[in-house]
Amino acid sequence: MTAPLLETRALTRNFGALLATREVDFRLDAGARHALIGPNGAGKTTLVNLLAGVISPTRGQVLLKGRDITGVGQAERVKLGIARTFQINRLFRGLSVLENVYIAVAERMGVAPSMFRPAGRRTDVVNESMHLLDTLRLTADAGRRVSELPYGRQRLVELAIALALSPEVLLLDEPAAGVPSAESHIILDAIDRLPPEIAVLIIDHDMDLVFRFAQRITVMVSGAVFASGTPREIGADPEVRAVYLGQTARG
Amino acid sequence: MSEYRGGAQARTALARRHRVRAWEPLPWIVALGFFFAFPKHLGFGTEVLVTILFALSLDLVLGYAGIVTLGHAAFFGVGAYTVGMLAKHGLWNEPLTSLALAGIVGAAVGLGSGLVLLRTRGLTLLMLTLCTMALLEEAGNLAHTWTGGFDGLDSLPIAPLLGRFEFSPLYPTTQYLYVLVVLFLCFVFVRTLVYSPFGQSLTGIRENILRMPAVGAPVPRRLAVCYTLSAGIAGIAGGIWAQANAYVNLGTLGLDRAATVLIMLALGGRGRLYGAFVGAIAYMVLSHFLSKIYPTAWQLGLGLLLVVIALFAHNGILGLGETVWRRLRVSRPLNMGAPQHRTPNPPL
Amino acid sequence: MLLGGIAAGMILFIVSVGLSVTMGLMGFVNLAHGGFAMLGGYAIVLAMKHWGLGFVTALAFGFLATAAASVVLERLLYARLYRATELDQVLFTIGLVFIMIASLTLRFGPENQPLTLPRALQGQIDLGFVQYRTYSLVLIVTGIAIVVALWLGFERTRLGAQIRAAVDNRRMAESLGINIARLFTITFALGSGMAALGGGLGAEFLGLDPQYALKYLVYFLIVVAVGGLGRVTGVFFAALLIGVLDFVLKKYLPQGGPMFIYAVTIVLLLWRPQGLFGGKAA
Ligand SMILES: Nc1ncnc2c1ncn2[C@@H]1O[C@H](COP(=O)(O)OP(=O)(O)OP(=O)(O)O)[C@@H](O)[C@H]1O
Ligand SMILES: [Mg+2]
Repeated sequence: MTAPLLETRALTRNFGALLATREVDFRLDAGARHALIGPNGAGKTTLVNLLAGVISPTRGQVLLKGRDITGVGQAERVKLGIARTFQINRLFRGLSVLENVYIAVAERMGVAPSMFRPAGRRTDVVNESMHLLDTLRLTADAGRRVSELPYGRQRLVELAIALALSPEVLLLDEPAAGVPSAESHIILDAIDRLPPEIAVLIIDHDMDLVFRFAQRITVMVSGAVFASGTPREIGADPEVRAVYLGQTARG
Repeated sequence: MSEYRGGAQARTALARRHRVRAWEPLPWIVALGFFFAFPKHLGFGTEVLVTILFALSLDLVLGYAGIVTLGHAAFFGVGAYTVGMLAKHGLWNEPLTSLALAGIVGAAVGLGSGLVLLRTRGLTLLMLTLCTMALLEEAGNLAHTWTGGFDGLDSLPIAPLLGRFEFSPLYPTTQYLYVLVVLFLCFVFVRTLVYSPFGQSLTGIRENILRMPAVGAPVPRRLAVCYTLSAGIAGIAGGIWAQANAYVNLGTLGLDRAATVLIMLALGGRGRLYGAFVGAIAYMVLSHFLSKIYPTAWQLGLGLLLVVIALFAHNGILGLGETVWRRLRVSRPLNMGAPQHRTPNPPL
Repeated sequence: MLLGGIAAGMILFIVSVGLSVTMGLMGFVNLAHGGFAMLGGYAIVLAMKHWGLGFVTALAFGFLATAAASVVLERLLYARLYRATELDQVLFTIGLVFIMIASLTLRFGPENQPLTLPRALQGQIDLGFVQYRTYSLVLIVTGIAIVVALWLGFERTRLGAQIRAAVDNRRMAESLGINIARLFTITFALGSGMAALGGGLGAEFLGLDPQYALKYLVYFLIVVAVGGLGRVTGVFFAALLIGVLDFVLKKYLPQGGPMFIYAVTIVLLLWRPQGLFGGKAA
C-alpha cells in the first residue's frame, strides 16, 4: 500500500455556526481519477479551498506525500504541485488568452520576478504557453481578449491556467458549470485528455460524466463524507441513491 | 481566422509589444522643442515635467498593479523634504547625490508602509494610505525646527549641477534640462519594467488579484516591490521638485497633490505609460489658463470631466484615442498589456 | 466638559451612519457623502433664513430635499457604477463633490452660511452643579434618539432585516427574492437624508461653506472605516471615540491632535481591517 498523494485527517471547518466541513478523512492517490459529488451546499468547494490552502481549517490536517502542509499558504502549495480551477471563472479578463497562460507559466518557471527582459523575449515561456494552448485547441484564440470569448472557451482558459502550473494534483471545481451543453464537449474532451500522471479530483453534478470519468467517487453530504468507493459501489449503494442520486441523476 | 494565423499573430504581438514605436521619440522632441521655443515658460515646463514623473510613478501602482491609493503624495513629499532638509541645514546640497537619496528615502518609506498596508484592500487600503500621508503631513508640521512647519523651507542652497550649472530661479534652463533627463531615465526604467514578466504579473494582479495566489504568485511581496519602486520614483519627483524650486512646503505631502495626480492619470489614461504625459499636460495647461481667472468654473468643469471619465471613458484621453484608432484600422492586433475594459469587481 | 466632544461625536455619527450603511450595502466608495451633508445643511439654513421655516421644520425639509435629490442621482448615475472599479467610483464621486462645491460657490458665494439657532436652544442649562450648553445637550439627546431609532429599525423592521441580509451576503439576499435595486435606492436616500440632518445640526459648530464637503470628509471616512461598514452601533461608538478624542486633544494637545487621531486610525485599521465592530460575525 503506497502513501496517498494528498490526504486529509479529521479536516473540519466552520463558518460561524455552520459546519461546512466536518471530520473529513479523504485521500487522493497519484494519478487518480477521483470525483467528488454531493448536493448543493454540501461543502465540496469548501473542501477544495481547504486542499488548495485558500482557507485554513478549524481543525485537522492536510498532508501532501505524507508531509503536513496544513499551515502552508495557497501560493506555496501551487509550488508543491497543487493546482485548482474555480467554480466561477477567475480569469485575467482584460488580457489575451496567451497572456493569461503566460502569467501562470512564468510563475511556475520562476521567471515572473524578472524585470529587465521583455516578456515577449522569454521564448521559453512563450513556447510553452503556445504549446499548452495547442493541446487544448485554443491556439486560434490565443490573441483574443478573454472577456470576448464565449463562456465555454473561457472555461477552457480556466483549465489552461491550472495546467500551465504542471500540477501533480489538479482540483477541478465544476469545470463545465455554466457552459451551454452544445459547448460542453470541448471541456469534457480536454478533461479526458489530461495527462495520466496528474491526479485529478473533479467536482461535478453531471452523473454521466462522473461515472464515465472517475475510478473513485466520494459523496459529501452536509459537510461530511457520506460514502466513498468505486463507481460501481457508489452506484449500488442504496443510501447514496436515496440521499443524492435519486434526486439529481438525470434520466 | 485560421488556427495557425491566430496563434502566430498572438505570438508576434507579444514578441513585439515592447519595441519602440515610430512615434515614441515625439514627446521628447516636443519637450526639447519647447525648451528652445518658449524660453520664458521654462518654469512652467519644469513643473509639468516633474508632474509627469510623479504621475508615471503612480501609473506603476495604479495603472499596472491596480491599487487605488489616495496617499501617493506621501512619497513625493518625503523626497522633497529629504532634499530640502539636507540642503537647508547645511548637511548636503550636491544635486545628483541628494536626488538619489530622495529616491532611496521615498523607496524606504514605500517599502515600510507597503509591507504593512498592502495586505488590506478596498476602503481600508484607501483609508490607510490617506491616513499615512496625513500622519506624515502632521509630523512635518510638528517638527518645525527641522521642516519649517507650515511655511516650509525656502531659498534652499542647492549646489550647481555637476559643479557647473547653476539653478537660477529666473532662468530655469538648468532645471528644465535636468528634469527632462531624469524623467527620460525614469521613463526608460518604468517602460522596461512594465513590459517585463514582472510587469505582466502586475497586470495579472490588476486583472484578478484573487487568481494570482492560485498560480503561485506571492502577491504581497510582488506588490511591495512594485510599491517600493513607485515610491522611489515619486521620491525622485519630489526631490527634483524641491531642487528646481529651491523650496519645499507641506503642500508636497497633502491630499490635494495626491488627488490631483490621481485625476491627471485618470484623465490621460491609466496603465498606458503615456497617460501620465497626456494627463499631466492636459490638466496643467487647462488649469494654468482657467484656474486663475475662473477658479469656480474650472472646478465645475473638472468635476463634470471626472464624472464623464468615470462613466464613459474609463481609459481617459488615450483610451478614447485608441478606440478611434481601432475603428480606423479594423484589423489591428490587440494592444496587449493596457487595460481595455473596466474590470468588474471580482465576485466575493 | 466632555459634553462638547460627545456632541461633536453625535454629529459625526449622524452624518457617517448613512455612509457606512450605503458603502457596506453597495460596496460603493462614496466620497460625495460629505457633499450631501453640505447640500442638506445649505437647504436647512437657507430655508430658515429665506422662508422663515422653524428649525425642526427646516430639518425635515432638508432631509426630504436631500433624500429626493440623492434618489435622482442614484438612479441616473450611481447605479451605473455599482459594478465598476473602485477607481471609477472614486473619480466619479470626487467629480460630484467638485460640482457641488462649485455650484454652491457660484450661487451663494464662498462664505460661511451662519445658522441661527432658535432662542430656546441658545444659552446654557443650569444643572445645579454645572452649566451646560443647551444645544450640546439637545444634540446628544437627538443623537441617542437616532441611534436607538436606527437600531430598532434595523432589528425590527422588514427593511432593516433586508439591509442586514444584503450587507452580509448580497447573493444570498438576492436569491431570497429581495429587490436589491430598490433596497439600494431606499438606503441611499435614507443615508443622504441622515447626512443632511447632520449637516444642518452640525452647522452651528462645524460651519457651513462650500469647502465643507472636503474639509470633513476624512473624518467621516475615518469614522466609517473604524466603525465598520454597514454597522450602525459600530459607527456610533467610532463617532463618539473620534469626536471625544478630537475634542480632548484639541484642548490638551493642540499641536499633535490630528496626528494622534491618524495614528490611532492606522493602528485600529491594521488591527481590525474590517473596522472595530465590522467583520462578518453574526
Ligand atoms: N466564506 C464563507 N462564509 C460563510 N459560509 C460559507 C463560506 N463559503 C461557503 N459557505 C457555506 O458553506 C456551505 C458549503 O458551501 P460550498 O460552496 O462548499 O458547497 P458546494 O458543495 O460547493 O455547493 P455547490 O454544489 O452549490 O457548489 C454552504 O452552506 C455555504 O453557504
Ligand atoms: Mg461549489
